[in-house]
Parts: sequence; C-alpha cells; structure tokens
Amino acid sequence: MSEAKKVSWAEIRCWRLGLLLATLGLWEVATRRGWMDRFYVSQPTALAAEIFDWVRSGFILRHLWVTTQETVIGFVLGTLLGVVLGFLFAHWEKLALIFDPLMVALNAMPRVVLAPLFILWFGLGLLSKVVMVISLVFFVVFFSTYTGIREVDRDLVNNARILGASQGHLVRHVLLPSALTWIFSSLRVSVGFALIGAVVGEYLGASEGMGYIISYAESMFNAKGVLAGLIVLMAVVITFDVALKKLEGRFSYWKPVRS
Amino acid sequence: MGQGDGAGAIVLERVTQRFPMPHSDREFTAAHDVSFDVRGGEFVSIVGPSGCGKSTLLGLVAGLIPVSEGRISIDGRPVDGVNPRLGYVFQRDALLPWKTVAQNVGLALLFRGFDPALARARVAEWIARIGLTGFERYHPYQLSGGMRKRVALAMTMVYEPEIILMDEPFGALDVQTRNLMENDLLDIWAQRRRTVVFVTHDLEEAIALSDRVVVMTASPGRVKAVYRIDLPRPRSVTEIRFHPDFGRLYETIWKDLKDEVRLGYERSQKGLLG
Repeated sequence: MSEAKKVSWAEIRCWRLGLLLATLGLWEVATRRGWMDRFYVSQPTALAAEIFDWVRSGFILRHLWVTTQETVIGFVLGTLLGVVLGFLFAHWEKLALIFDPLMVALNAMPRVVLAPLFILWFGLGLLSKVVMVISLVFFVVFFSTYTGIREVDRDLVNNARILGASQGHLVRHVLLPSALTWIFSSLRVSVGFALIGAVVGEYLGASEGMGYIISYAESMFNAKGVLAGLIVLMAVVITFDVALKKLEGRFSYWKPVRS
Repeated sequence: MGQGDGAGAIVLERVTQRFPMPHSDREFTAAHDVSFDVRGGEFVSIVGPSGCGKSTLLGLVAGLIPVSEGRISIDGRPVDGVNPRLGYVFQRDALLPWKTVAQNVGLALLFRGFDPALARARVAEWIARIGLTGFERYHPYQLSGGMRKRVALAMTMVYEPEIILMDEPFGALDVQTRNLMENDLLDIWAQRRRTVVFVTHDLEEAIALSDRVVVMTASPGRVKAVYRIDLPRPRSVTEIRFHPDFGRLYETIWKDLKDEVRLGYERSQKGLLG
C-alpha cells in the first residue's frame, strides 16, 4: 500500500496543524463575537493563560505529580498482575476453566461505579486511586496476555522442546517474546484507562490531584478550570503514549514492518 | 556403517493413534496398527497421501505426542517424552523470529548448557557450512525461504542428534533450491551417518534420498509396503533420477501409492463437501 500510494507526511502534518488552528481560531472568534458564551465554553487564549499561570506558579505541579504517581503505580502493578495471571491461566487450562466466569463477570462490572466503594474501603488518599487504576488496567492486560500466550505458534514451542528447552527457557525465549506484541498493544490501550481511573478516583473523593482540581472548578461553575484541567490531562496521556510507542519500537526490532 | 547395531535404531510395534475429534465424542484414527523399524544410521522415507498420519508418526517418535496404543522404542528403550538425542526439522521452519541467525542456530546449545565459547565456535562452523557467513546478525524476516530452511537445518544439526526426523522439510521450496538442499542433506548424512526418518509426499524425493521407502495407506494410515532402494551411493539427487533402476523403482512403488493417493483425495473431497 505504501508503494502504491506514497503518503506525503509533510502534507499530512500541514493538514493536522491547519485543522487544529482553524478549530481554535473559530472557537476564539466565536467567543469574542459573542456567538458562544465564554462562561460555558471558555476561550483558547484564556485557557492558555490559565495553564501558563498554573505552571508558572507551580500550583499545577503538585497535583500533576499526585495524579501521575497514582497512574504509574497502578499501571505498573496492574500490568504485572495481568501478565503474571495471564501466563498462569494460559499455562494451566484448568485454572482458566474454573475462573473464566468470574473473570468475565468482574470485567463486565463498571469499575467507575465501584470507585465510591474503593474510597470507602481504602480511604481518600493514594491507595484507593491505585486500586481503581489496577482494576481498570489489570483486565485489559490479563486478557491480552492470556490470548497472546494461547496464540503462540505450536511449532515454535515444539521445536524449542526438541532443542532441549526447560520450562524457564520456554517462557523466556518463546512465550514471552511471542506474547509481547499482544501485551504492548494492550498497554497502549490501558494507559488511557489508568489515567481515567486515577482522575475519576480523585474526582469522587480526594484533596489533591488533577481530578480534584477539575471537580473543584466544576463546583465553582468554572468551565475554564475544568477545560484547562482536561487539556493538561490530555498532554499527560499523549506523553505516556509516546513513551510506550518508543519502548515498543525497541522490542520489535525483529519485525518486518515498522510504522 | 553397522547394520542394525548403530545407535539410533527405532522400532514401532503395532502403533495405533487416535485423537478426539473437536466438538464431538468420536475419535479420529491417525495411524492404525503401524509396525516398522529403522536401523541405526539408516535413511528411511515415509510416503503416503496427505492426512495418512505421517506427521503424527514423527510426533510420536519424537515424544511430543504420547502413544495411545502400541510401543515405540529407540535403541531398545521405550519413548516417554522428548528425547535429547533426537532432532526434528519441521515442515514450516520454526525459527524464532525475534532471534538472529546466530542465536537461532545456537539455541539448542544454549538450552543444553554448552560452554559459551564452544557454542560460539560450533555456531560459526555451522553457519559457514550452510553458506550464511555474513548473515549472522540478520533476523529471519530478512532471509529467503531457502536460507531460513538452511538455518532450521543447522539449528538441528548443531547438537549432532543421533536421530533426525524431517517432516516434509523442503516442501515449500522451489525445485532448484530444493535439489541443492537435498544434496546438502545427503552430504551431511554421509559424513557421519545418523538415522534419518524423512516424511514426504514426493515419491521421487523419497527414492532419491533413502535406503528404504515406507508406503502408507490413506487414512487411517497403515503400512502398505516397504521398499528397499538399492541405488548406489554417494548419490546426487539431480543425477540419480537418470539411473536405469530409478524408473523401475518409481513405477513399482507408484503402483502401490497411486490407489492410496486417489482414495485419500476422494475422502478429503467428501470431507469438504460434508
């Protein structure tokens, strides 16, 4: 496809930037001309000024740090738990058969609704948010790892066994590298979930963090504060995603096509 | 080489293999009452229509699949589990895509805990032998089908197994590459005779390579006949075809095989239609 139609990346970037600027410009003009009320939708220049102010005063840094901490701790723990249990379930079919309904049921439960319970159980601090993040990240990673291991090419496993691989060798040289593709794709999905988990937790009950800022701004009918908070969060997710993409690239050196 | 006293003798006694059919209580019989033996250092091919259980027999001998009925023994000892003295070249080359050529070739030595320096030397020797010097750090996706097959062969040969099982190893290659690889295989085999059990559906290939050819019936696979191939060695697969006895052997064996192939084909058609 890339040969049939050569995509000009410079052109694509121009379009992207152009659309972004057009949207912001339209938004700005609309609020200045009074077509839209800035009380409800704020205004790009006001948002930029607000974020700039937050960063300069250092006000945002403490909250950003709290949210990032919850997200990263929960993300790492949820991922580890998901990978390990995914491995175990793929390895012991009986385990998978016994727990399959439970896993599906737990996964079907809307975690966001559980957040108040988590806060009740684990308090207003870091722990309840970390648990919330784990509950979101775990299932995505778990199901991907499980599938990834089950989908491993049987010939590769048999060949390694004939060549003399122990169980440990199999995991390290065959199963894990093979499942890594699946695991990475799940990580990029779940990093967004992780941040949602942390922010929703903070939103419902906390004294610091981005969710708290948004919730506070909302209670003051301050649309500018809510939107500015959202923009900061967006930037955080993009940063995480770029970092994960880089990491994934380092692990897929052996693949024919890199996009 | 010794007849029957060399290491790597395989005996199959009345082996029957059934698999449960998915989503039903019925069983599929992949091999029925199969008995034959392979002497140590002998090159034996198994030919038969597709679906006759040729690959299953290799899986059983390798210890990858437990035998459901009958006995298989190697040098007098019954097979239970994967045998470290045995090598297996799969139909599709089973290279690990995330490892380089050198890492793939050295995999068995790594698993078997060889001294790293010794392993490196062995790997270099085999990479030179398969003509891939300079490609050590390539990954499988960067190689042609023939190159990958040579790496797969080296992966097996590098630990010098006494028995080599090959499941249609050259089936996916073009004719020229295939003939080159067949000759390479004969060279390697001639240098230090190891037992080779070679599964193929190509009768010409089987005759050109083997000491004996086992003909299987259509599913459920039974041994229909065993033919001794008394063509002179060393052979070149491209030239042995012009030997006066080659055509005679081909004709005799094909007469046996033909009916089974047709039967197998008709059954597979019926299977497809319902």
